[in-house]
Amino acid sequence: MRNERGNSSDYFSPVPTGIIESNDRGFEVTTTNEAQPLLSFDGVSMVFPDGTRALDEVSFSVRAGEFVTVVGPSGCGKSTLLRIASALEENTSGTCAVDRDSIGYVFQDATLMPWRTVRKNVELIAELHKLPKDERTRLGQQSIDLVGLNGFEDKYPRQLSGGMRMRASLARSLVMQPKVFLFDEPFGALDEITRERLNDELLRLFQIEGFAGLFITHSITEAVYMSTKVLVMSARPGRLIASFDVPFRYPRTHDLRYEPEFAELCGEISVALRGAHR
Amino acid sequence: MSEVGLAPTPEDFVPDEKNRIKLSDLAGPGIVFVLFIGVWYLLSSVILPKHKRFLLPTPDAVITEGFGVWRSGERRGLQPILLSLWDSAKIALLGLAITIVIGMSIAILMSMRRWLERATWPYLVAIQSAPILALTPLIRALVEGTQRQRLLVVVLIAIFPIVSNTLFGLLSADKSQHELFTLQGASRWTRLAKLQFPAALPNIFVGLRISAGLAVIGAVVGDFYFRQGGVVGIGAQIDVYRAKLWGPELIAAIILASVLGLVVFLLFGWLAKAAIGKWHITTRGQ
Repeated sequence: MRNERGNSSDYFSPVPTGIIESNDRGFEVTTTNEAQPLLSFDGVSMVFPDGTRALDEVSFSVRAGEFVTVVGPSGCGKSTLLRIASALEENTSGTCAVDRDSIGYVFQDATLMPWRTVRKNVELIAELHKLPKDERTRLGQQSIDLVGLNGFEDKYPRQLSGGMRMRASLARSLVMQPKVFLFDEPFGALDEITRERLNDELLRLFQIEGFAGLFITHSITEAVYMSTKVLVMSARPGRLIASFDVPFRYPRTHDLRYEPEFAELCGEISVALRGAHR
Repeated sequence: MSEVGLAPTPEDFVPDEKNRIKLSDLAGPGIVFVLFIGVWYLLSSVILPKHKRFLLPTPDAVITEGFGVWRSGERRGLQPILLSLWDSAKIALLGLAITIVIGMSIAILMSMRRWLERATWPYLVAIQSAPILALTPLIRALVEGTQRQRLLVVVLIAIFPIVSNTLFGLLSADKSQHELFTLQGASRWTRLAKLQFPAALPNIFVGLRISAGLAVIGAVVGDFYFRQGGVVGIGAQIDVYRAKLWGPELIAAIILASVLGLVVFLLFGWLAKAAIGKWHITTRGQ
C-alpha cells in the first residue's frame, strides 16, 4: 500500500518489513513476509454477555519480525483483541490462531509484585512454569541485562521510577522468550521523555528477539515510530477500517519523528482515525 | 544509537527514606506523659473528696506501695501481680495462636468460595458485637476446665479482626496481577501462595495487631469469670484488689495489664516491620 515512497532519507530503502539482523537468544527466526503467521485473527467477532458488540469481523495476522500496532478510539475493543489472543476472553465467533504457550503479555501498568525484588519479579513467570532454579536465575539475569536494569536487581518496585518498573515488567515477559508479544498500551502512563526512551528500548528488543508484536496505543506517533504496520479501528463495534504499511527501516532513531515523511504518514493515519470516530 | 539501550540514570532511582528516631519525636509523648501525671495528681489530691481518695492513690503511692513492695501476705505486693500477669499472658498468647490459625483458615476458605463468604459473614459480625461474657454460664456448661474456658473467651473476642483483615487482604490483589497468573495457567494454590497471601500480608498484620490487643483484653476479662484456686489471672487479681479496696495494688495491676497489651502491640508492630517493612510503607499507626 504505502511501500512506494520517495527516497529522501536513509530510512527509505525499500526493504521488506521485519528483517532481523541477529538473534543471540537461541531460537530460529524466519523473517520474510512469506513466513507463517504466528498470530492470526480470522473474522473474529466479540459480543459481550450484555449485548455490547466489541469486535466485528476482525481479520489480520502478525508474522515473526512484524510489529503491528492497532490505534482507535477509546473503548473500540483494541484491548479485547489482546485478551482474545491470550485466551483471557473468548471470542463469540471467528477464529484466533496463536501458540498460547509462547505469548508474552505486557499490561497497561507494570503489575509487579511489590513484595518481590526486581530479580524475583522478573523470574516470576519462569517460576510459575516450574523451571529449575539455576535456569530461572540465568534467564532472569539475561532479561534484566537486556532491559538495562542491571545493578537494580535487589531493589523493590516502590524504589523504582515508573519507567524502570515498566522495564522490569518487560524483562519479566522476556524471560520465557515468547514468539508473540502482546502490548496493551504499556507506556500510556509515562511522561513523554520516558516513553520515547522505552520506545527505543522496545525496538532494540524487537530487533534482537524477532518476535511477532501486537501493540495497542492511543498515540499515532508512537504507532508509526514502532511498527511495520498500523491498523486503524473504528468506534464500537470495532472493525478494521484502514491499514498502513510503515516503510521506515530499522534501526530507527528518534530523529525519524521529525522527518517530513513521518509527519505525512501520521497525518494520513490521523485522518483515518477521525473517520473512525464517526 | 547512543540513546538506545540507555541504562537507567541515578535520577530515575527513588532512594529509601531513612526514618530515624529524633529527639524531637520524643517531645510529644513526653508532654502527654507529664500532662497525664498532672491530671492524675489533680484527681487524687484535689478533685476527689477526702473520704474517697483511697479509690485513686497518688502516683507516688502506687510506686512505693504497689510496685515497691515485693510481697506482703498472700496477695499484696508486686510478686503476686507479676505471677497473675504471666498466667494471663500465657492464656492470651496461646489463645491468640489458636485465633490466628482458625481465623486465617476461615478467611482463606471464604476467599475461595463466594457463597461461603456470604453465608458466614453476618454471623462473624454478630460474634464480634455479641456480649460474649453474658454467655459465661453456657461456656461453663459446654467446655470443661478453666483454662479451656478462658481460651474460648479469648478466641471469641479476638477472632473477627483476623478474619476480616485477612479476607480483605486476600481479595486485594489487582485484576491484572490475577490475569498474569491466569495467563501462566497457575493453579488455585499457586495463586494463593504466590499472589494472594503475600498481597494480604499488610492487612494480615493490621488484623494481628488488633486481635493481639483483643486477646489480652479477652484474657483479662475472662479471668473475672473463670478462675480456680492457686495462681489466678490478672483479671481475677484485679477483682480481688477492687473488692478489698487495695488502691495501690489495684492501680499497679491495671497499669501492668495495660503494659502487657502495649508490649504485645509493639511486638506485632515490630514483627510486621521485619516481615514486610522492606516493600510496604506504613508511615502512620506504628
